[in-house]
Amino acid sequence: MVSADRRTLHGMTAELMIEAEGLVKSFGRTRALQGVDLAVPRGTVLGVLGPNGAGKTTAVRILSTLLTPDAGTARINGLDVVRQAERVRQSIGLTGQYASVDEDLTGQQNLELFGTLLELGRVGARRRAVELLDWFDLTDAAHRPAKTYSGGMRRRLDLAASLVGSPDVIFLDEPTTGLDPAKREDMWDVVRSLVANGATVLLTTQYLEEADALADAITVIDHGRVIAHDTPDGLKRVVGGQTLEVRPADPAHLAPTAAILSRVGSGAPADEVRKGVLAVPVTDDSALTESVARLATAGIAVTELSLHLPSLDEVFFTLTGRTAADDDTTTRTEAAA
Amino acid sequence: MSTLTGTPPRTGPTLSTVVANPRPLRLVRHSLALAKRSLIKTWRTPEALIDVTLQPALFLVIFVYVFGGAVAGSTHDYLQYLLPGILAQTIATGCIAIGVNLNTDIAKGIFDRFRSLPVPRSAPLLGAVLGDVVRYVIVTVSTLAIGYLLGFRIEAGPLRALAGCLLAVLFALCLSWLPVYVGMKVRTPGAVQGVMFALIMPLSFASNVFVTAGTLPGWMQAVVTVNPLTHLVTAMRGLFLGTPVGDHVWWTLLWCAGFVVVFMPLALRAYRRRV
Ligand SMILES: Nc1ncnc2c1ncn2[C@@H]1O[C@H](COP(=O)(O)OP(=O)(O)O)[C@@H](O)[C@H]1O
Ligand SMILES: [Mg+2]
Repeated sequence: MVSADRRTLHGMTAELMIEAEGLVKSFGRTRALQGVDLAVPRGTVLGVLGPNGAGKTTAVRILSTLLTPDAGTARINGLDVVRQAERVRQSIGLTGQYASVDEDLTGQQNLELFGTLLELGRVGARRRAVELLDWFDLTDAAHRPAKTYSGGMRRRLDLAASLVGSPDVIFLDEPTTGLDPAKREDMWDVVRSLVANGATVLLTTQYLEEADALADAITVIDHGRVIAHDTPDGLKRVVGGQTLEVRPADPAHLAPTAAILSRVGSGAPADEVRKGVLAVPVTDDSALTESVARLATAGIAVTELSLHLPSLDEVFFTLTGRTAADDDTTTRTEAAA
Repeated sequence: MSTLTGTPPRTGPTLSTVVANPRPLRLVRHSLALAKRSLIKTWRTPEALIDVTLQPALFLVIFVYVFGGAVAGSTHDYLQYLLPGILAQTIATGCIAIGVNLNTDIAKGIFDRFRSLPVPRSAPLLGAVLGDVVRYVIVTVSTLAIGYLLGFRIEAGPLRALAGCLLAVLFALCLSWLPVYVGMKVRTPGAVQGVMFALIMPLSFASNVFVTAGTLPGWMQAVVTVNPLTHLVTAMRGLFLGTPVGDHVWWTLLWCAGFVVVFMPLALRAYRRRV
């Protein structure tokens, strides 16, 4: 097992906007969190990576003042989430795992309601709603009840709702689960521009790819414990980097393609992972362009060519020596809460 | 979504200015904003009003035409007697919905968002209760309208009749803290419905909604006499028909105060504890 790597990722001087020490929370006999530490410096993104039931949502709910921990402390911008909850609520935005907008209200009405509750005043709340709907490309749907929205639109409205007060700290609980790849990339762009504008973001995810794309640091949790904390690059070094997958158009080209890939890759020979698909571990993104060039020179047409990060299952297998699914201490199917 | 790559809009007061300027009457303004939300929901889902508009119509027709002759000698006399009672019963049943709705809201997560905002803890519940006033007004008006179609006539002055309507709405408003409390305590919306029916149904049958207390056995008479619905019904009959109301208005108001004093704190506490 790889123990948690606690190197300071951004230097000791960085101001922590989110910090948690030894968070413990049980629900009856389920030990959702068993001593979790988290730290997020100002203006950065922390990816909290873990399978269903790992305790991600519980951690987010404690940090956003919805739950009190059984033990441990947490501070947002230096304010204690239990003793100074009222003030913490002034500086956070929360997008829960399940959309929490009012389905019977229109997009505009939803955002205006939250604006009023955030003391923006009638005019201010209206203006802010229009602005955010525009930014999230929901202006055309502004006056339709949210229950008529598609899944992606609902996610966007939900995220917009958590931005009404221009919060400094934003929690996103599995913001892209269930979205198709194009919508997922849109959501990534949103997160990037929030951070570019100074927000600090904690996002939970089940995809290493997502954490890699967005996060400055990744904390991996399992069964309510931190099992690794590192930069995306550091984590990838531990769990193995990317895999390049290629499907030659003509199955007869499998052998020459394998030869090319073995030279481009990190040294290991190319394997046929699925029928007609070759895979080879690579160390950096340049392998992609290089293999395209070499395959073109050799006159080999391909129908599929892609880079993959290890799946969460593979990450867990490397970190813990067992797969994320093979345990019976938690019922994963009921982890929806 | 090309616009998304731009700068996120960040105008208006930021949250830190909110901290610096806590505006007065926050609880009132937030409750009203949340009441508006309930109102919009009532407007959007008129089908949710079907039971409280249809049920009194059915009860009136069935009881007046089936039992009217036997109980009161003439159907018109019985209708005059029954309508205030049916109105009281409908309005008491009508407030079950608030418990069911709040329970659903909590399951859906919208209350999580309210709780993650700097909103006074009691505002979401207060707002929901206030927003339901409109439902009670609709119930009152529609029941009276159906009564008029069947031949019911108000026999007192308009101000007295209006006072009767207001008393009914106030009663529902105060009683609704009971379903709110049950809605916070019980796990599922279905269970809220079940518990509330078990509480409200005996209340409305062990009252003088359908028959005068004098026709009942002794022990039952005792129950009927203290029943808050009996006081409300007697007061409304007096206010609608111009007969004496005695001290029943006061008893009704006392019960109203009792519901609020007991169930509002219980409901707020249960809400805070519910995770
Ligand atoms: N309100 C609750 N009541 C009972 N058990 C809960 C509750 N919330 C979470 N749990 C349990 O705690 C564990 C962690 O859940 P959660 O934090 O939702 O994990 P994740 O978000 O990583 O999927 C799971 O076993 C889940 O079943
Ligand atoms: Mg979760």
